[in-house]
Formats: sequence, C-alpha cells, structure tokens
Amino acid sequence: MASLPERSRELAPGAAGSALRSAAPALGGVALALVLHFFATPLIGDFYAKVLLDIGVNIVLAVSLTMVNGFTGQFSIGHAAFMMVGGYVSAMIVYYGSMLGYGSPDLQGGLISSTISGREAPFVTLADLMFAGSLVAGGLFAAACGYVVGLPSLRLKGDYLAIVTLGFGEIVRVLVQSQTGDVLYTVEEVRETPIWQLPTKVGGALGFSGLPFYSSLFWVFLVVSLTLLAAYRLKRSATGRAFLSIREDEIASEAMGVNTTKFKVSAFTISAFFAGVAGGLFAHTIGVTLNPGELGFQKSFDIIIMVVLGGLGSISGATIAAAIVTILPELLRNPEPLLRLWPALAGIGAVAAVAGLVMRARGRSGGLFFKAALAAGIAVALGFAARSAIDAGHDLGRYRMILFALALVLLMILRPQGLFGVHEIWERSMWRGLLHAVGGGGKGRA
Amino acid sequence: MVDKFLQTLIDALAVGSLYALIALGYTMVYGILKFINFAHSDVFVLGAWVSFATATVAGWGPGGEAAPVAPWVVQTLWGAVGLAAIATAAEAWLWSRRGRIEPFRLQRTSYAGTFALVAAWGWLSLGLAQAARLVKQSGDTGLFSGLLVLLCAMSTCGLVGFIIERLAYKPLRRAPRLNVLITAIGVSLLLQNVGQLEAMFGTRPQRMPTFLSDARPLATIGGTVVTDADGSTRLVGGVKIQPVDVIGASTALVLMFALDFLVHRTKFGRSMRAVSYNPTTASLMGIPVDRVISVTFVLGAMLAAAAGFLYGQKYPGLNQTAAATWVLLGLKAFVAAVVGGIGNIRGAMIGGLLIGLLEFFGTAYVNPELRDVYVFSLLILVLLVRPSGILGRASVEKV
Repeated sequence: MASLPERSRELAPGAAGSALRSAAPALGGVALALVLHFFATPLIGDFYAKVLLDIGVNIVLAVSLTMVNGFTGQFSIGHAAFMMVGGYVSAMIVYYGSMLGYGSPDLQGGLISSTISGREAPFVTLADLMFAGSLVAGGLFAAACGYVVGLPSLRLKGDYLAIVTLGFGEIVRVLVQSQTGDVLYTVEEVRETPIWQLPTKVGGALGFSGLPFYSSLFWVFLVVSLTLLAAYRLKRSATGRAFLSIREDEIASEAMGVNTTKFKVSAFTISAFFAGVAGGLFAHTIGVTLNPGELGFQKSFDIIIMVVLGGLGSISGATIAAAIVTILPELLRNPEPLLRLWPALAGIGAVAAVAGLVMRARGRSGGLFFKAALAAGIAVALGFAARSAIDAGHDLGRYRMILFALALVLLMILRPQGLFGVHEIWERSMWRGLLHAVGGGGKGRA
Repeated sequence: MVDKFLQTLIDALAVGSLYALIALGYTMVYGILKFINFAHSDVFVLGAWVSFATATVAGWGPGGEAAPVAPWVVQTLWGAVGLAAIATAAEAWLWSRRGRIEPFRLQRTSYAGTFALVAAWGWLSLGLAQAARLVKQSGDTGLFSGLLVLLCAMSTCGLVGFIIERLAYKPLRRAPRLNVLITAIGVSLLLQNVGQLEAMFGTRPQRMPTFLSDARPLATIGGTVVTDADGSTRLVGGVKIQPVDVIGASTALVLMFALDFLVHRTKFGRSMRAVSYNPTTASLMGIPVDRVISVTFVLGAMLAAAAGFLYGQKYPGLNQTAAATWVLLGLKAFVAAVVGGIGNIRGAMIGGLLIGLLEFFGTAYVNPELRDVYVFSLLILVLLVRPSGILGRASVEKV
C-alpha cells in the first residue's frame, strides 16, 4: 500500500500532457484570431470587419471593467483613464520605436497585422513583436495606475470611490491634454530629441495622430480570447471567489478572513492591465486618432453601459452587451439586415401565440408564450416604425444614446442585476432566473 | 497686483456662490437618499437652456423678436391635462366601486392627483414665460424680465426634478445603492441626449441674452479714467464690480438663506432632517416620507435651475447639453458638496465658495491649464484625509 503522496503523484498527469491541456484554450484563441483575420474580411466586407474590430476592443474593455464593477462590486467610473494610459504608452513606443528603428512611422508589421488585403509582407516581422511588447507595456503602466487608484479604495466605499476614480480620470485627461507637446513628425527631430523627452511629445489636446494601424483582427481577437480566458479563470479561482465575496458583503467576507483591502487593490490592478492593453489596441485602430478629449468620462460611461447591460459579474454577458452596444448604432443607421428578419420574427410570434393558446386550453397558464408573442409583435412593429422613420429622412443613429440611457434606467428598475446577472450564459441557473424574471414580472432571483 | 487679486476674488466669489447653489442639490439628495444624483448637473444645464428658451420666447433673443412657443410644448401640456382628466374619472369610478378603504392600506397612490399637479405645474411655467413676454412688450429694461425668466426656469426644472424622482428613483427606494447610482447615470445620459435633439435645444451653441448690461460697472476700485477723443470715458486697469456678479451672488445668497431657514427653522425642514436621520423611524412618526423626498428633489432642482440661469448671465456662451464642460461644472459642484461635508447644507455653501476660490486663484496665479486638476486633487485629498468633509460628521458603519 503506497502512501497518499505517492498515490497522488502516480495519478497526476504527465508534465507534457498537463501543459498542453492548460495551453489548449490559449491555442484555441490564437487559432480563432487567425481564422477571423484571414477569412472574416472577405466574407463580411471591409465595413463590417471594422465594426468587428471595434467590437473586439470594446469586449476587452467591458470584460476588464467587469472585474472591478462586476466581480468585486467596486464602482469605478474612470475606466477610460486606464485605457488612455495604456493607449498612450503603447502608441509612444510604437511610433517613436518605428521612427528610430525603421526611419518612418509607417506600418512595418507582417501579414498578421495587415488590415489591407493583398499586401506583400512576411507572415510576421520584428515590428509585430514590438507592437505586442508595446501592448504589454501599456497594460503594465495602466496596471501601475490601477494600483495607485486602488489604494484609496482602502478607505472609501461605494459612491465615494466612484467619484475618486472619476476625478483620477479627469486629472489624467487634463494632464495629457495640457502638459504634452506636439508630435514629432520627422526622423531628424526624433533623433535630436533626448529619449527621456519623447514621452511628452504625444500631441496634447490635438491628439496623437499619424500612428500606424497595427490593430488587425488577429491582434484584437487574440487579446479578446486571452482576456476572456483570464477573466473566466480569475472568476473561478480563489482570488475570484474572494472578489465575489467582497461584492456580496464586504463586512462578512472580512469576518471570514478575506483580506478585502488586498483583493480590492488587486482587482483594480488586474482590471487596469486589460484596460491598458485595450487602449493600446484602440490607439492603433484604423480611423482612430488617440485624443484625450474622446477618452473622458463619456467613454467610461459607454463601458459602464456595456457592463451593466450584460449583468454585473457575467463575462459572457459583458461580451454580448459590448457587441450589441457597438453594433446598434450601425443597425440604427441602416437597419435593413434586421428588417429582412421580420417574417421570421412574425412567424415565431405566431407559433408562440398558438403554443400559449394550446397550453391555456390544457389548463396551464402559458403566460411565457404569450409574452414571447407580444415581444415578437412589438419587435416587428418597432422595425416597421424604424423603417418609416428612416424613409422620412430621420437619422436614427442620433437616438442611440437616448435608447441606451432608457435601457439603463429601465433595466435597473425591472432587472437590477443586469440581463445575465452574475451567471454565464451557459449556466442553467442563469436561464432559470431569466425565465422566472420574464414570467414573474421581474421578481425572479437569478 | 492688488487689482488682479481683487478681480480674482470677485470672480471666485461670484462663481463659487453658483457652485454652492448646485452643491446644495447634491447634498440634500445625498442627505436623504444616500446616493449621488448624477442627473443633478444636467438639471443645472437644463435650467440654463430653459432660461435661454424662455428669454427667446419673451423677446430677448438675437433679433429682438418674440419667438413662438414650440407647438409640442403646448401639445404635451394639453396631453397632461387630458391624462389628468382620464385618471380622475377612472379613479372616481374605481373608488366608488370598491366603496371602502382596505385595512392596512390607508393611503392610495392617486395618479389623478399626480397628473393634475404635473399639468398645473406645466401651465404655470408656460404662464411665467408669457408673463415675461408681456413685461418685455411693456418696455422693461431687464431686471423684472430676468426675474420672470428665472422663475420660469426654476419652475420648469422643479417639475422635471419631480418627474425624474417619481419615475426613476422612487421604484428603487429599497434597491442597493449601486443600482440607484447606475440609474442616476442613466437619467443623466437621458437628459443630455434628449436636450440635444433638434426639437429641444439642438446641438448648436447659443448665446444667452443678458438682462444686465456690462457696459457700466456698479463700482470701480483703482484704475485710471481715460477720456477718448469723442469725449466718452473708459476705465483702464482697476477692478470692475459688475452688476451681474453682484446680483448673481446676492440671488444665490438669498436662495441659500431661504433654504437654510426652511431646513432649520420650519416644521417641514424638521421633517426633512428627520427623514435624512432615519427614514423608517420618520415614517413611523407620521412623516410623509415620499412627499418629503419629492419636495427635496424639487428644491434641489430649482436651486440648480437658478444656478443655471445665473451662470448663463455671467458666461453667455451656452454649449449643447451633452458637452463635457457642463458635466465638469456639475462635478465641481459635487466636489464642493463633498469638501463641505456631504449631507450638510451649510457645508455645501462653504465648499462651493472654497472650490471657487481654489479654481480662480489657481488659474490666475499658478497655471491656468490645470484648473480642473486643482479641484479634483482637492477632492482626493479631502477624501483621503477627512472623508466626512469640513462640516460633516463621521458615520459609523453598522453591521
């Protein structure tokens, strides 16, 4: 009879096998990113490829904010500041790095960072590694800022903390706006300037223009997969459980021996890291000028909308909400793809209504089916209203913020935990809670 | 040197008193409901824009012509009257059918009463605008018209504050504070973006008509009088005390003292303080908690509207409602409330003046570009060193 340690050692998988098993999801992420990068653009066209890119960046932002707002229950409304820090650090490294190394700020990356099809380049170059390194550096800088902002959370709770994060965001924005000089546009200028002065040459209020567009679908979705993976594993880890316990009841979790201070600060730090990486991606996206004016609290509110709609604490919820919030303005501008669905919606509504009638005839309430039918009917009616409004020359895209604001207020009144609550969409309790909420007039507990 | 110091001081006090007015709304709502009403700064912006719209209707607009009232305003007001009538009829019928009051439900929610109140209130605001038009037509020089425009803005914003509280915050009385905070952000975004619609105020910046001319300062200190070639005189250097500063600051002071009297010296003020101390016990003592909360919101919104009007008089360039500058102003007022001790009315006044002084002296003497940095650094400093603020009491966390 072997002793317990010996037996457990026998049962443990081999080093190679376990390494492969832990790396498999990450490898899957790389594969997904490669597939999207090489096959998505021809399939959906340049415009929707750009929308997909924005969705990816927003997913990273929303999921990173979920770690603070959702897991830990600390309300941060200065998230755009971390994004700005990461974005500027990454942009500075890439821009001045290419200036010094290649003599021009143009894109030097390989095929994996090409957003234009048919470009002649090797698969991957040294510049791609520089870009990846700059993303990490931006993330680390942002994480350092997150640590600094997390420190006041030792003393502050709830709305006070929210105001401090907001104040921090504004201070960072104003400092970048007013205390940095113009971007250097020629190689000679860059060579003459001492290297420690380069971080202040990031454009001030005018923004950092002239950045190369490294953020391809590959990089964005690589980061998306890694972020989702990290967030999911974090949520399932001991640290994540500590985060959730702080969210549920800070005093109780402290009584159970959770070092709340330490975990609150680490939540801020981890979240800021991913926000910083997202900022780096954002800075190098086509059609974006890195501008402090655009990264104020309005941007933070955009991210909050995504997190709250998705459900405070749900990674998949935040992902879906980020996608919806990004796509909705485009759909409001041109709802044709959705409007084409109306016969299907009407059909679903009709089937649901019939199913409801059948259930009622059998003596059950069938209320859920009637509600589904009603929802489908309302969706079709709204679709036609939207079409007639667009035909009458209204630009519905302008109403998007009104819609989001209304959704935020209504959601807080009707379903305070957000669409998916703390659960992931593949968890059965989530669906039970959601169905219960729909059937029971918002009183369900998910 | 002295000139610059005095001028900075006057500007700081004039703007600081406006910060104090806005801060009062934040502090009152926080004192009672314990949440930051993020929509408050948007009520302030609404006050500025309603003053602009009223002034245009009254005939103080760019062309000097009285603009017509937008048709949808009148339609909405008639709609409110119709709703009130329908609700009255429905409730009369329902109540007569049930006949008796159910035990344990002494109070019924009267929709008829609420709708009638909203309709009457709306017509009152419109009436004030029309009165301002009549006064302008009878050849008024500005002071009385300005007062009527101010009253109209206060009345409209009070109504908006009432509706916001009823629709958005009242359903969340028992919800966690985070949810109320998110709702407040939602209401804030809603007000900003609705205000941007063409039917409301549009996205173009406008120029607020000023009711007091800046040409003749009330008083001057120092400086030299220069006589021009055409015989007119003008002042070079020196400190000018403008009528807008004096009237603005004194209006703010009058409103603040009125509020302080209301809260500390009247029966209603006592019930407000009781609700802020402990809502449950207050309701057991027979205080109508919901009504007190409603009135608190309305008072805060009215003060914010007054601040909006006065701010428009001092700085006539009106940005669109969603502009970041407005939100920053509101945030600074919030900082004033926190610095003074949130929940404390006198603290908000002190905090407002303090923020005004810090901002203007920092701008004039240190670095004008960092004016927002000073305010937010002060906030972080106060929160770290003395989170309860200057006059606030430290709260004890209960398990």
